Amino acid sequence: MANKKELTKGLFKENPTFVLLLGLCPTLGVTTMVSNAIGMGFSVLFVLTLSNIMISLLRNVIPDDVRIPSYIVIISSFVTIIEMLLHAFVPSLYTALGVYLPLIVVNCIILGRAEAFANKNTVGDSAYDGIGMGLGFTIALLLIALIREVLGSGTITLFPLGEWSGVIHIPLIEANPIRVITLAPGALLVMGCIIAFNNYRDNKKASNAKRENK
Amino acid sequence: MSIIAILITYIFISNFILVQFLGMCPFIGVSKNSESALGMGMAVTFVTSIASVVTWAVYTLLLAPFGLEYLRTVAFILVIAALVQVVELVIRKISPPLYKALGIYLPLITTNCAVLGIAIINIDQDYGCLQSFFAGLAAGLGFTLAIVLMSNIREKLDLAPVRKSFKGVPIAFISACLMALAFMAFDKSLLTNLHLV
Repeated sequence: MANKKELTKGLFKENPTFVLLLGLCPTLGVTTMVSNAIGMGFSVLFVLTLSNIMISLLRNVIPDDVRIPSYIVIISSFVTIIEMLLHAFVPSLYTALGVYLPLIVVNCIILGRAEAFANKNTVGDSAYDGIGMGLGFTIALLLIALIREVLGSGTITLFPLGEWSGVIHIPLIEANPIRVITLAPGALLVMGCIIAFNNYRDNKKASNAKRENK
Repeated sequence: MSIIAILITYIFISNFILVQFLGMCPFIGVSKNSESALGMGMAVTFVTSIASVVTWAVYTLLLAPFGLEYLRTVAFILVIAALVQVVELVIRKISPPLYKALGIYLPLITTNCAVLGIAIINIDQDYGCLQSFFAGLAAGLGFTLAIVLMSNIREKLDLAPVRKSFKGVPIAFISACLMALAFMAFDKSLLTNLHLV
């Protein structure tokens, strides 16, 4: 099924963060807490899917010469919508994401998908592509945030639900956290290690394939 | 905040790349040799300084009087995109050597987080016109400092024995991590100690 392929390729094989190295600013900036990562991930998912649909709908209307400015206007309109929604319904998240929320406009993933995919493909495929890439981005953020929050402060912060405060405490690490992981250098360290691990896996796969060919 | 305090804040204390992670893509992408890193840094400094003033003017003179603050994201990105085009045209006309040095980097800057970032930070911090200009200048200088240092490290790294999995981007991230650790030495108490706050 073609649609399924559009959906799953963003998750692992063409993961926007780890493989294509796009949209690094929010990836490193907001991953100090798991809840921020989830908020950021879903905001990008929302903007990416809707802008992909919109651009794909308008792909025969927008003249080629002014396509990039038109895409930017469409994307920034959706970013303004999500900004206002978060401000109204989840103000704590709005404050936590701060400057990174309006910066979704210049996230290379969104403009990249518009240019590389949505302006050539049908509305359905573009929507699946947007959802897939958005989920891939969310998973990447979630992974980095999990590593950083667990090692750096020994907690996992989710959203408060009724009685529950939304914070999972991890017993041993919470007493002696590695504070630096939640600070700026930790983000770069974790990112470097994850990309190196990815490379290691690819190299291993490549050498295995070579051995089999012999 | 005084102008010196703003300069110190955005060059060192909240350095755009190593502390706030704004403008990571060019930082990793264009830091392979020091010449292009310097070109990129200068182009970014140029645009952030001008864009800070222009976006400040757009916000205070156009959006705020009509209660249209919520349009700032849309307005700023359009202003920045147009500004980059204008800057490109003007530089090409008046200074071909400068255009040769910065030309290829200018189109990339529209989607650089650093430019939109400083525009929004200026508004959030309630800076005036002059303060915005110096914040933009300092943010650009901080970016240049980080990217030039990084490119020098990466030129040396090419000759160093690095494990295969860490070659290229991963080791660049680890080096950036060490630089960020060093930049942690600058914090808000610096301003207090220098009697600037």
